Amino acid sequence: MKKLTYIFAILILSILTISCSSDDDNTPVEINPVEGLIMIYEIEATDHTIQIYSKKPNLEVGYNEISIRVKDLASNQFVSNLSPSWMPMMHMETMEHAAPHSMLTNAEESTVYKGHIVFQMASNATEFWELTLNYNLNGVAKEEVVNIQVIEPIDGLKKTQVFTGSDNTRYVLAYVNPKEPAVAVNNMQAVLYKMETMMSFPVVENYKITVDPRMSGMGNHSSPNNEDLIYNALTKTYDGKLSLTMTGYWKINLKLLNENDEVLKGEDVTEANPESSLFFEIEF
Amino acid sequence: MKAFISVFPFKGRLMGNLLYSVFCGMFITPTFAQEMPADSLKLINLNEVIVISASKQLNHQKQRKPLSSLDEFLESSRSIKMVKRGAYAWEPTMNNMASERLVVTIDGMQIFGACTDKMDPITSYVDVSNLSEAQIGSGQQGAAYGNTIGGGINLKLDKNNFRSTGWTGSIESAFETNNAMRVFGGEVNYSDEKFYINTDAIYRKADNYKAGGNEEVAFSQFEKYNFSINSGFKLAEDKSVAASLIYDEARDVGYPALPMDVSLALAVIASVSFKQDTLFRNFSNWESKLYYNTIKHTMDDTKRPNVPIHMDMPGWSETAGFYSQAEIKLTKNHFLFKMDGYYNKSYAEMTMYPANSDEPSMFMLTWPDVRTKNLGLYAQNYLHFKKASLKLSMRLAYHSNTVADEFGLNSLKIFYPEMEKTKTRFLKSISAQYHNMWNDFHLNGGLSYGERAPSVSEGYGFYLFNSFDNHDYIGAPNLNTESSVETNLSLTYDKSIFEVGISANYFQIFNYIIGEIDPSLSTMTIGADGVKIYKNLDYAQLLNTTLSGRYNITNAFKLTGQISFHRGVDNNGENLPLISPVSYNSAIDFYRNQYSASLSINGAAEQVNYNASYGETKTAAYATLSASFGKRFFLQDNDLFVKAGIENILDTNYTSYTDWNNIPRMGRNYYLTISYSIN
Repeated sequence: MKKLTYIFAILILSILTISCSSDDDNTPVEINPVEGLIMIYEIEATDHTIQIYSKKPNLEVGYNEISIRVKDLASNQFVSNLSPSWMPMMHMETMEHAAPHSMLTNAEESTVYKGHIVFQMASNATEFWELTLNYNLNGVAKEEVVNIQVIEPIDGLKKTQVFTGSDNTRYVLAYVNPKEPAVAVNNMQAVLYKMETMMSFPVVENYKITVDPRMSGMGNHSSPNNEDLIYNALTKTYDGKLSLTMTGYWKINLKLLNENDEVLKGEDVTEANPESSLFFEIEF
Repeated sequence: MKAFISVFPFKGRLMGNLLYSVFCGMFITPTFAQEMPADSLKLINLNEVIVISASKQLNHQKQRKPLSSLDEFLESSRSIKMVKRGAYAWEPTMNNMASERLVVTIDGMQIFGACTDKMDPITSYVDVSNLSEAQIGSGQQGAAYGNTIGGGINLKLDKNNFRSTGWTGSIESAFETNNAMRVFGGEVNYSDEKFYINTDAIYRKADNYKAGGNEEVAFSQFEKYNFSINSGFKLAEDKSVAASLIYDEARDVGYPALPMDVSLALAVIASVSFKQDTLFRNFSNWESKLYYNTIKHTMDDTKRPNVPIHMDMPGWSETAGFYSQAEIKLTKNHFLFKMDGYYNKSYAEMTMYPANSDEPSMFMLTWPDVRTKNLGLYAQNYLHFKKASLKLSMRLAYHSNTVADEFGLNSLKIFYPEMEKTKTRFLKSISAQYHNMWNDFHLNGGLSYGERAPSVSEGYGFYLFNSFDNHDYIGAPNLNTESSVETNLSLTYDKSIFEVGISANYFQIFNYIIGEIDPSLSTMTIGADGVKIYKNLDYAQLLNTTLSGRYNITNAFKLTGQISFHRGVDNNGENLPLISPVSYNSAIDFYRNQYSASLSINGAAEQVNYNASYGETKTAAYATLSASFGKRFFLQDNDLFVKAGIENILDTNYTSYTDWNNIPRMGRNYYLTISYSIN
């Protein structure tokens, strides 16, 4: 019996050591900083190249997460002290206007500058988007202007709303997350900008957006435990919860309220009013 | 007593101690007992046995309708009422409690239906051709088969069991006029002292039936095949192995009371078992079985007109399990010990196709791959006294439910963000049943306690539509265990030609599980009135009383009758749904010189106590009259048996409290059954 115990103990110990030792060969793996992203533009300058990445193969109307990096051809290295800024500009036939956008930061990867732009409209034959990039390369200020193509969302779903609120202010509201909705309580995120001038779109803070997802194909079925989108000062986004009880087409009915809980846009969904004038659409 | 424990060999000391502490309460030595009456085992049993066995000529004569469905056999029982959603797959209820509160097994095997809408009670996966009898235990008397509140039904398979009958066979056919039901069946058996094999097949096909007044009930057709084979082999004089396999397939089954039909309900039920006459000297009748069954169930709405949205709703249920049991027979004690366990996987999904075909289909998991594990220990003891006996029984079970599918778990977390993947319970049952006899009077009385875990639908169902109350139901994973305290009492005066008995049982059910409206939730099903969530009520009360009698007028004529009263209320005094009104039946049977005949009446009073919030309406009083005639012919060594009958002679158009959405029952129906058996 004692012998058996010993054998057993040795067996367990050996298993433990084997499993421990296998953990040790943890050689650092080269992580690709643009893993999973698609390079949509590459601009060759004299002594450097600029690469523009996105998750999707095209820039679309709405919220776009964009990553930018610059390769110094002299050192053949990606640069981590660019301090870049950017400005998207729509050149229409009679006027031009900018688009809401964030700052570019390299918080996650030192050589990859990330930010987002909310395009309000698509490019067409006579109207086009230009993205102006300003950055420092080896102490020298540079500017590059890229002609970019923005298309209507391929899925045809409404995920961006440009509207005038009851306070006579123009707003841009764009859907950010969930990118892959699930039958679950999803973390929902949106961004809200105010159009101060044609060129200035500051983030709107401390408003509230109510969420009421509905399935028009199922007698306007709704889901429980949704949470209003509340301003998150850290991310400058509006965060809340979106419950989806099944896959399919959902219309997320919204209402925008200011700090005083006054409704600026959108209506409650009732029997008589099956949808709000402010909404997003998703399909999965 | 020590001697007994020491021969308890398996699982060492821990198990021994556990069993000891559990069962020691049963070792009450009846010091004043002298000799036990030979048939006391039968006397104590409140349990009922319905003899089914279509194959035995003897029984054919006693049965009014030999090739009727199993559902009809069960309905003929004193204690069972069948909930009907159409002409097929009725759901048994006992003591006014349905599937969730009952344990229904086939030859001791646990099987669970694969339909989220209860369209496939497991009684629909066997046929009378497979079965010898249905053993019915009311309340905790059914705990031998599993955890239950309302009772247990065990459907016993028909086996030749090493009787030296040699080759036997029979062919049977029946026809019913009302729904043009055709039944064809046959069996071939061989049995000797060392080996037996039983095979049978049955086929049923029916068109729509007509309610009283020639009113056709659309979508009440069905078609079903059932094959079974079971065989045994003696390894030695006291050892044998046996195996059984049942294949059951129903297609094109209409459910007139529901918005959907069934295109396929398929079950494969298999087992192997081992039997030994003795075990470790003191034990006898040791029997162990391993089993597996799988069910696929597909709902279908493609044949229904005006469907608001077309949907597919397939479901699967798979169960593997075992049991092992042995007895100890002493002069004054008769013990039965049983260890059993099962593992079930229940998975069901729903895909809806929107009218706008550009939109993606809508998908949800209605049963999120729930894995149920149950491991139980059961023990009972009959204590025999001079004129009395006492049956003590106990079941302890470990029960756990796990949501195995991430998609399903996340779906439920919409409602229960804090829910855990696994919920474990410990289920207990204990019961004492006493019988005493003074001259021709028999007194039976019992007190018991039992618990059950919520069913898969009650715990984990996701937007299950109930067409009865027109609500969607959401399961509640954190429901409390339902428990019941039950008492029963019966007094019978039994003379050979005359018998009259009165019996009553009362259930005080704590944490009674039922759906409650949550007005904040939005319906999923188009046209539904609301959403209900399963909740525990503080308690509910159920009372069942029966007065029954038998009188043998002459040797040939027998008169029987029964009237019963039921009541069920919740803790607010509100009526519970699906509680029987006063119901009665009476029959006069004749049997002489191979001729048999019967005339019977079945009826119920107006349903005074009903609950509209569960979709019930007051069903009116009704009574139906039926008759049957039979004759047995001997053709050399073989038997030809012919039976004909009329049901609902007056073509009454009626509906009872068990008829889902008040669909009317079958009107006048003539039937003819012919069986020819070759000995």
